[in-house]
Amino acid sequence: MNFKSTIGLEVHFELKTKSKIFSPSPVTYGAKPNTETNVIDWGYPGTLPMVNKEVYRLGLMVALATHSHVNPVTHFDRKNYFYPDNPKAYQITQFFKPLAENGYVEVEVHGQKKKIHIHEMHIEEDAGKNTHGTNGFSYVDYNRQGVPLLEVVSEPEMTDPDEAVAYLEKLREIVQFTGASDVKMEEGSMRIDTNISIRPAGQKEFGTKVEMKNLNSFEHVRLSLAYEQKRQEQILLSGGRVQISTRRFDTNTGKTVLERVKEGDADYRYFPEPDLAPYHIKKEWVDEIAANLPKTADERRDIYVNEYGLKPYDANVLLQSKESSDFFDKAVAAGADPKQAANWMNTQVNGYLNENHAELKDIALTPENLAAMIKLISDGTISSKIAKKVFAETVANGTDPKKYVEENGMAQLSDESVLTPMVKEVVDNNPQSVEDFKNGKDRAIGFLVGQIMKQTRGKANPKVINKLLLADLNAR
Amino acid sequence: MNYLNETIDSLNDKLKKGELDAKQLAKDTAENIKKTDEKINAFITVDEDAKVAEDLNFDNKLAGVPIAIKDNIITEGLKTTAASHILYNFEPVYESTVVAKLKAAQATIIGKTNMDEFAMGSSTETSYFGDTKNPWNLNKVPGGSSGGSAAAVASGEVVAALGSDTGGSIRQPASFNGIFGIKPTYGRVSRWGLIAFASSLDQIGVMSKRVKDSAEVLNVIAGADDRDATVSEKEVPDYTAFLGKDVKGLRVAVPKEYMSDAVEAGVKKAVQAKIDLLKENGAIINEVSLPHTKYVVPTYYIIASSEASANLERYDGIRYGFRAEDAKNLEEVFVKSRSEGFGDEVKRRIMLGSFALSAGAYDKFFLQAAKVRTLICQDFAKVFEDNDVIVGPVSTETAFDLNSEISDPIKMYNNDILTISANMAGIPAASVPAGLSETTGMPVGFQIMGNRFDEGHVFQVADFIERSNKFYEQKPAGLED
Repeated sequence: MNFKSTIGLEVHFELKTKSKIFSPSPVTYGAKPNTETNVIDWGYPGTLPMVNKEVYRLGLMVALATHSHVNPVTHFDRKNYFYPDNPKAYQITQFFKPLAENGYVEVEVHGQKKKIHIHEMHIEEDAGKNTHGTNGFSYVDYNRQGVPLLEVVSEPEMTDPDEAVAYLEKLREIVQFTGASDVKMEEGSMRIDTNISIRPAGQKEFGTKVEMKNLNSFEHVRLSLAYEQKRQEQILLSGGRVQISTRRFDTNTGKTVLERVKEGDADYRYFPEPDLAPYHIKKEWVDEIAANLPKTADERRDIYVNEYGLKPYDANVLLQSKESSDFFDKAVAAGADPKQAANWMNTQVNGYLNENHAELKDIALTPENLAAMIKLISDGTISSKIAKKVFAETVANGTDPKKYVEENGMAQLSDESVLTPMVKEVVDNNPQSVEDFKNGKDRAIGFLVGQIMKQTRGKANPKVINKLLLADLNAR
Repeated sequence: MNYLNETIDSLNDKLKKGELDAKQLAKDTAENIKKTDEKINAFITVDEDAKVAEDLNFDNKLAGVPIAIKDNIITEGLKTTAASHILYNFEPVYESTVVAKLKAAQATIIGKTNMDEFAMGSSTETSYFGDTKNPWNLNKVPGGSSGGSAAAVASGEVVAALGSDTGGSIRQPASFNGIFGIKPTYGRVSRWGLIAFASSLDQIGVMSKRVKDSAEVLNVIAGADDRDATVSEKEVPDYTAFLGKDVKGLRVAVPKEYMSDAVEAGVKKAVQAKIDLLKENGAIINEVSLPHTKYVVPTYYIIASSEASANLERYDGIRYGFRAEDAKNLEEVFVKSRSEGFGDEVKRRIMLGSFALSAGAYDKFFLQAAKVRTLICQDFAKVFEDNDVIVGPVSTETAFDLNSEISDPIKMYNNDILTISANMAGIPAASVPAGLSETTGMPVGFQIMGNRFDEGHVFQVADFIERSNKFYEQKPAGLED
């Protein structure tokens, strides 16, 4: 029997705001527990939410970048549930009128292009974080309470794990390049829930849905979905019934494990949030945001490959993060040769970042300095060998490459009026080499170059010397 | 110090002239409250060390004047209980906007007044801290839920008090105690620091013997606030500017539903007399209909209880307030703390609201109620097309006996039939004394409702009636020894 899978994805992105969605508390990843909270985050009696307007702006960027329909009037709703990480006992979310609906992203999977549709996306507050100590106590950190989230809900129209991963990769890329979120799964700024059901080919009704929450990586998404496909197939083939349930992916065994069986849907008793009036999203504002959307990864890729002549592989390495792509663009804007800049970014700069477990924003190197160094190479001021020394200094200390080269006398000797007499002298002093050259022994040139390098203590520009030598020798 | 013969203006004058000392006044006020409260129990907390502002500037009318605050309004560092066991020891670490504004105007916060638990009730009998007695007759309720504030003002414990009004909680006790009370337009006064009962209906307002005193206080507490998204940025007029006017040409609507046979004869007669008075003085009286009045009680109890069920779910015994002592595990902490911490009426409304919002019931109850609410708003909008104010009784009856209705919730809920609509429509409404009922001898309140943000007309009519009957000269009989 053949089976057909139906996969839906719910992805939460933390929106990159300075303060929380409903309170003025700051948002910093890794802050000490409960230091970034106030009475609103604690759900104290008498407190009220105020919407951070930046949350709408960031959400709208993603809505527009995914071709979604923006609802002209949106409002918040209360989702009631009682849990220690949820101090008001309700989450302020959007249930009845989400920010945007009916979008799509275009993915390429198994060599075919396909549109995956987005059912809706809404903004909401995150809950606090519960941790369970080894001392028998449980702890709650309300720093995360009120961090703004954008939840993007796909239509259940993916049919295999590869498609699901392709969708996630594309969605992450799109969101990342709007700048609305850091999309770092390891820091929780991108979180993935999946659901999957299977049914015999030809059957119209969907099968029973199984959910998996908080998958840690795209690979885990792929493996867990593949495992579920098989597991559910076997149940159906043996005449059993799939339970409506939430399962967890066990990374050690590669299997999914039952967490809880659902008896009907949880009743969240949604109703419109009376503390926040409906919000009218002005068309002019949407237009303005649309006009100022940063270039997408696809648009950048097109420029890198077709305009700059980069290899697609190199372009993709640059496009792995918005930061690196932005850095590269700035270096090119500062006058660096794109191919050289890409080469330096993808080898030396990335190497340095990996070695130091750092990110671009943490290191001293600026796009302007990288561009300045590349220009010194291009115009022959420094050799590529010297360039490595210059890079080491600039990347570590932010030193201006031009100044550094000048102050340390690292510039190559390229001045022909200085080099011509030297060349003449060396050739005059080595008649045997002239003889060898005339007899077709090219090795002779290498010896003569070496002599000049010796005299200039390595600073002579080999290209210029070669040129001058050939001219001199051919003239004899 | 007793305030029965004082106004904010008279106090301001005496303080300015040095006939009164603000610090001594605070002490004397606290002392008198203690004494009077032995009879009426209007306060939950009296601040005997109430802080008096430094460098009093008597251009501030409230400078040095003691004001009482209903105990569901947050006061930083001063116990705030909402009259509930579950918050019996709660000391807030932040300030409400209204109290911050009063303090900025150099008023003295003298204490916190009794109320129905979480403002749920019409008699102040659901308080964890005992009943408040009506100063006109100690065997009668003061009304509710702002019964403590009303009794405190009526007995002269303070010159003015803040209340809150979700379905009549300022107007009905004002009516029962023969004082003035105004619930402003929803969005006129910030709710930051008001312990929520029903967020879309709750509004803070003022209670005082004299109309002008409430105008003075409202001048201070009204206006924009960047902590409350539902408060209006509309400019606040000087409400005292609407006083001292006549009513000639004023278009006054009288809804026939408000003068039905359900209204007790003594109440009806006193209210009709005031309508006649307005007419005699040149007002144009129009009989109108608010056809959805018959649906307001069930509609209100569904919406208010639904919102309350969410608002009160945070009280879990963990972070603040009451925690049951003998709980064996976390689940028991929650269940026992809530079971022991909430009173019956609060539990009843949490149950009702949770049901109205539940998956099978939402469409039939909450959504239906929300639609009726829209119709009620339309009723009012239509009447205000041709009228400046709507008038009628505040309550169908005068203050009832203690313990007479507390065991019959439906009867208690029906008390609110004439006051709820103003909360549903978000319009300003006030109660001004119409006199004593000929049948019960207790005070009758005359209700005046205005269009949204038109507190001005409400004050104008209330002040006109106050000048006509000088009811404030009558002293509450229950306090005479």
